[in-house]
Amino acid sequence: MTKLLLPIVLLPLIGFLINGLVGNFIGKRLVSVVACGLPIAAFLFAIKATADLMATGAPLTQTVFTWAQFADRPFEIALYFDRLTAVMVLIVTGVGSLIHVYSTGYMHEDKSYARYFSYLNLFLFFMLMLVLGRSLLVLFVGWEGVGLASYLLIGFWFEDPVKAAAGKKAFITNRVGDAGFLLGMFLLYRTLGTLQMDQINAAFLAGPVAVSASLVGVLLFIGATGKSAQIPLHVWLPDAMAGPTPVSALIHAATMVTAGVYLVARLHGIFLHAPEASALVATIGVATAFFAATIALVQTDIKKVLAYSTISQLGFMFLAAGVGAYGVAVFHLYTHAFFKACLFLGAGSVIHAMSGEQDIRKMGGLAKKIPITFVTFAIATAAIAGLPPLAGFFSKDEILWFAFASGHGGAPWLFAVAAATALMTAFYMFRLLWLTFFGTPRMDHETAHHIHESPWSMTGVLIVLAVLSTVGGLFSIPHFLEPMLPLPEVRPELHHLETPLLVLSVAIGLAGLALAAWFYSRDGARAEAARTHVEPLHRLLSGKYYIDELYEGFIGRPIQWVSDRVFLRLGDRLVIDGTLDGMAAFARRTAGGLSRVQTGNLHFYALLVLAGLVVVLLWSWGHV
Amino acid sequence: MDKVQLLIGVAVALFAIGLTGVVIRRNVLVMLMCMELMLNGVNLSLVTFAHVTGTAVGAVLVFLVFVVATAEIAIAIPIVLLLVRSKRTLDLDAYADLKG
Repeated sequence: MTKLLLPIVLLPLIGFLINGLVGNFIGKRLVSVVACGLPIAAFLFAIKATADLMATGAPLTQTVFTWAQFADRPFEIALYFDRLTAVMVLIVTGVGSLIHVYSTGYMHEDKSYARYFSYLNLFLFFMLMLVLGRSLLVLFVGWEGVGLASYLLIGFWFEDPVKAAAGKKAFITNRVGDAGFLLGMFLLYRTLGTLQMDQINAAFLAGPVAVSASLVGVLLFIGATGKSAQIPLHVWLPDAMAGPTPVSALIHAATMVTAGVYLVARLHGIFLHAPEASALVATIGVATAFFAATIALVQTDIKKVLAYSTISQLGFMFLAAGVGAYGVAVFHLYTHAFFKACLFLGAGSVIHAMSGEQDIRKMGGLAKKIPITFVTFAIATAAIAGLPPLAGFFSKDEILWFAFASGHGGAPWLFAVAAATALMTAFYMFRLLWLTFFGTPRMDHETAHHIHESPWSMTGVLIVLAVLSTVGGLFSIPHFLEPMLPLPEVRPELHHLETPLLVLSVAIGLAGLALAAWFYSRDGARAEAARTHVEPLHRLLSGKYYIDELYEGFIGRPIQWVSDRVFLRLGDRLVIDGTLDGMAAFARRTAGGLSRVQTGNLHFYALLVLAGLVVVLLWSWGHV
Repeated sequence: MDKVQLLIGVAVALFAIGLTGVVIRRNVLVMLMCMELMLNGVNLSLVTFAHVTGTAVGAVLVFLVFVVATAEIAIAIPIVLLLVRSKRTLDLDAYADLKG
């Protein structure tokens, strides 16, 4: 029992309440202090909690209150802090605090400054609840809460209908996944009588339970695909780029979208005993990684490239989780949080410099004009491409190795697809770097005149994240998590291949760099020539495989048709309205007939009373 | 013919005269008076039956009827006054346009 955990969760909530209720009256300076100070305080609490955890070795728990009690089964609002939680909480509060600081610069001119920060703090509150919850119930509250915060922040500039629609799309797509998640929770509760995740893991690890682990695993994974934007529910994430760029960095790259990976790692007890579900996780993961990377090759919006790259990297994490290397998945989550946050914030700095322009075809030659942004962006690009000794190299190399050699579902074809994806990742990231920062400037004169480096609150954060992207990989998360998330057995006959694969992985990163340099060096002339050779393929990729159109045609339209024809015209108008209108018309017609009796002549009324009396008397004469 | 039958006969006659008056007369004031006649017919039957059965309930009810009848007249007379003021007549047929 500890008292350290509750403040971690509640501090951002206090920030949300202050900025949400009185933020408009206390001035931007105080709003910034509250919005950045409280997450930083939460970060300090998290460090203290981690120190305590290291000192004792046992997970910290804190029961806040018992929410409901059914017979001897309590639903407790309890917080739980073990090594996995420690990693997640430190990422969420640490990167979260940095992005809050960055936002004070980026959002400085926005008229809804306080609203922005209150949403951001609300997001942190729910995200911390998600990773600190001991029971699936608390996790689910956080899970839905981050969805809400994500919706609010994607549609932050809600005057633009496109942006508001993007928010709705994210919310609704997530609902589909949540249905699977809820079913999985119901099944677990019915079988085990508890939703506490440490007990669920223990029950599954202890021996056979009365429910198929694969069924539960698949249902929970459906929830994870929604939150973490995996096939087939990936469609919301690219659209989510409508939100402010720091939001894309925090929610749609570093933290929220990794919740699905966290869920799988947290419930590894289930997935370890569910080879079919694990195979599905690995297959979906590697397919998503590959498929998103191909789309990222041809995107022209700087944030869209990063969005597809995020989907692709999340696919890598699921691949690692699917082959049983949960620690490695969390390792990639951790390095990805640094370099992808750095890339997104760098993109924000570029957009800031370009007066709002996001199209990389209209950039170029920015390296000299915004040097700090360029250097940090280049470091993060090298990190995601997997060049040693940057952070991404370590985690991606381990994923490739376990995809190949894990005794828990590793296969050469998984490795081959993942390696091809890694090559594409390196290529499209260096392409982005080239088109943005090198070559001749392609922006118009007006924009070129305004290009300026961002303020210190932004570049300072970029530098911190670039440093973390550089050295972050030296801290081995899989090793740190080993006591609770052991790595899978490596097939012994493959051991000798570890070094060759390491070399191959470096070669892939360098090959991507070389390819991008070759294609895009002469202002993209070679790339343009290549494009004309594969015009149909290029169109397919630019159209994002027409998945959105497919969903629109096969799901959206039929639902609209059924809603219009069956529910609206038949059900609502014909049956329900028809019944009520019919009753009203009947009453009106009857009343029309009877109203002729009302002449206004009192004698006539009295006569009717008399007639009535006579009839009643005669009737009672005959019946009494 | 014994006394009870006679009294009931008078009560029925009062009620019938009153009802006939309400139905056939056109003067509003006369109609109100006829209604009082009907009430009195009922009152008479009530006290008669109270006397026959030897209980006080019927007699008590008569007082209730008195009170209600007084209240009714207290409202009806002002209404009639207002009607007469606007229509300048006591003839009931002139009020037929009051129907909703």
